[in-house]
Amino acid sequence: MMLTPELFIQHFFNALALGSLYGLIAIGYTMVYGILRLINFAHGDIFMLGAYFVFFSTIAFMPAWLAALLVAIALLIMFTTFRDKSKATPAWYWGAQALLLGLAGYYGFISPVEFQPPWVLAVFFAIAVTSACGIVVDRVAYQPLRDAPRISALISAIGISFLIENLGVVVFSGLPRAVRQPDMLVKPIIANISAITGNADSVVRISPMALIVPSVSLLLVSGLLWIIYRTKPGLAMRSISKDIETTRLMGVSVNKVIALTFALGSALAAASGIMWALRYPQIHPYMGVLPGFKAFIAAVFGGIGSIHGAMLGGLILGFIEVFITATFPALSGYRDAFAFVLLIVILLWKPTGIMGARTEEKI
Amino acid sequence: MLSIADLHVYYGGIHAVKGISLDIAKGQIVTLVGANGAGKSSTVRAVSGLVKSCTGSITYEGHGNILGKAPEEIVRTGIALSPEGRRILPHLTVEENLQLGAYIRNDTQGIAKDKEWVYSLFPRLKERAWQAGGTLSGGEQQMLAVGRALMSNPDIVMLDEPSLGLAPKLVNEIFAIIKHINSLGKTILLIEQNAFAALSIAHKAYILETGTVVLEGTGQELLHNPEVKKAYLGG
Ligand SMILES: Nc1ncnc2c1ncn2[C@@H]1O[C@H](COP(=O)(O)OP(=O)(O)OP(=O)(O)O)[C@@H](O)[C@H]1O
Ligand SMILES: [Mg+2]
Repeated sequence: MMLTPELFIQHFFNALALGSLYGLIAIGYTMVYGILRLINFAHGDIFMLGAYFVFFSTIAFMPAWLAALLVAIALLIMFTTFRDKSKATPAWYWGAQALLLGLAGYYGFISPVEFQPPWVLAVFFAIAVTSACGIVVDRVAYQPLRDAPRISALISAIGISFLIENLGVVVFSGLPRAVRQPDMLVKPIIANISAITGNADSVVRISPMALIVPSVSLLLVSGLLWIIYRTKPGLAMRSISKDIETTRLMGVSVNKVIALTFALGSALAAASGIMWALRYPQIHPYMGVLPGFKAFIAAVFGGIGSIHGAMLGGLILGFIEVFITATFPALSGYRDAFAFVLLIVILLWKPTGIMGARTEEKI
Repeated sequence: MLSIADLHVYYGGIHAVKGISLDIAKGQIVTLVGANGAGKSSTVRAVSGLVKSCTGSITYEGHGNILGKAPEEIVRTGIALSPEGRRILPHLTVEENLQLGAYIRNDTQGIAKDKEWVYSLFPRLKERAWQAGGTLSGGEQQMLAVGRALMSNPDIVMLDEPSLGLAPKLVNEIFAIIKHINSLGKTILLIEQNAFAALSIAHKAYILETGTVVLEGTGQELLHNPEVKKAYLGG
């Protein structure tokens, strides 16, 4: 079947958006693999957590819930920040704790009113909490196994993934939930493209999310690349991926840098999860499994270890899925299988992935 | 300044260093000489905190016993190692390798000054500042490894075979540079295969054999010791 120009443009933007979402997840796989040579199977679940956190933080809060949440964050900070025991605890640490507990007390007891956070705040909050979850996953599931055989960490990865999914069912309930979308994101953008087609009534309708997703992704990936290539922690990350011992010799605390890697990867996965929830507005505790697998395949396809490769792999997968189902509607039932076909093809043809040969790019 | 007492290093079942004691005075060049497998690298790796299983004590002036500290802590106390086999990060540029060497520092101006200083010691590195470390020749990588160790502005510089793989002319050059660095007040612990050159510049030297110190003395003493002559100086 031939695509009309109108359909082509619509599908193009849909593919770009879907591919960006895959790419953002894939980057997390590739970064962790690059440093620890570990496939973080829990990464798809981190994506799911991002979607849930934004869901919960956009609904109106019961005062008691808000107070509990603030206390939970305070505890989270307590357990995840790295406190150098030989140095005095920095003032910001106590400040943050006091602020969180103070707010908890205020909303819980002094002024118990319903609180509806604005969207932007909810998004930043969800990303921050998801990053913290990524750090916790590393701390709990992987850090104790740093010197163990790699297979142990892999088993731990599968275990923590099941744990998060099933905890999700218990805590969030297994029923799918509908995400409230801001109105401005729902109304399609309608553009007249008669200048291109010569046909007076040819219009394309594009969902605003299909434009927002690629732009936000571009911004996030640029930010990430800036961190990796222009900052000191980024230098340490690139160095660790090649030679942990020598990097430590230079004074780098490896666990801190690994925690940063998990935080950054999880932040991107959270952003992807949030945008996913806005675009396909239904979330459930297993929503991360399939996108996670596909993004992992995208990372392998792009050349695992390479950030550019992961993004490219994600985009290619997005285009393949959207355009094959659009041109051959009969195949749309097999949509989820395309990724796996792609995996088989790349493993047979070029196991290092399309960007894999450029070893100097590996993170 | 640094004194190692009764150091033992184990690798699984292998007892690689069997009770070595060394004294390194401030401002000196101290050299460890010995055959392959004598335990020279193991000793400096233990000082840097890279060896998992070791006993004894390593007392560092102002820091107490540093044995058992992590490598990232040791370098912060002012002891830098240019490791055996260079260990340049191949995908990072020369500039970035040096930047990494200065990771523990935050004084941007001091870092820039020291980088210029390293480039003046090794002009070849300056020409290749933006080249990936892995594309340097072996000798250039060796210079980079030494330069990188200097970038942390250490008080003690440990150099594990800095002349390995260098052309004869460059070997002389690197020994001149070591003397120069020492004259700037840095204490140096030098491991060398080139025993003659090492002993010639050393204030103090230790001869290691299968994990123990068999001889010690000033560089000049050992240079004229008949046993040393026979075993390490080719007659
Ligand atoms: N990682 C390791 N695992 C097992 N054995 C090791 C390890 N590193 C060193 N050894 C052993 O410890 C002994 C001392 O090694 P070391 O590297 O300290 O020698 P060296 O004096 O530096 O020798 P060279 O002059 O060849 O560099 C050797 O017998 C070596 O085989
Ligand atoms: Mg050695």
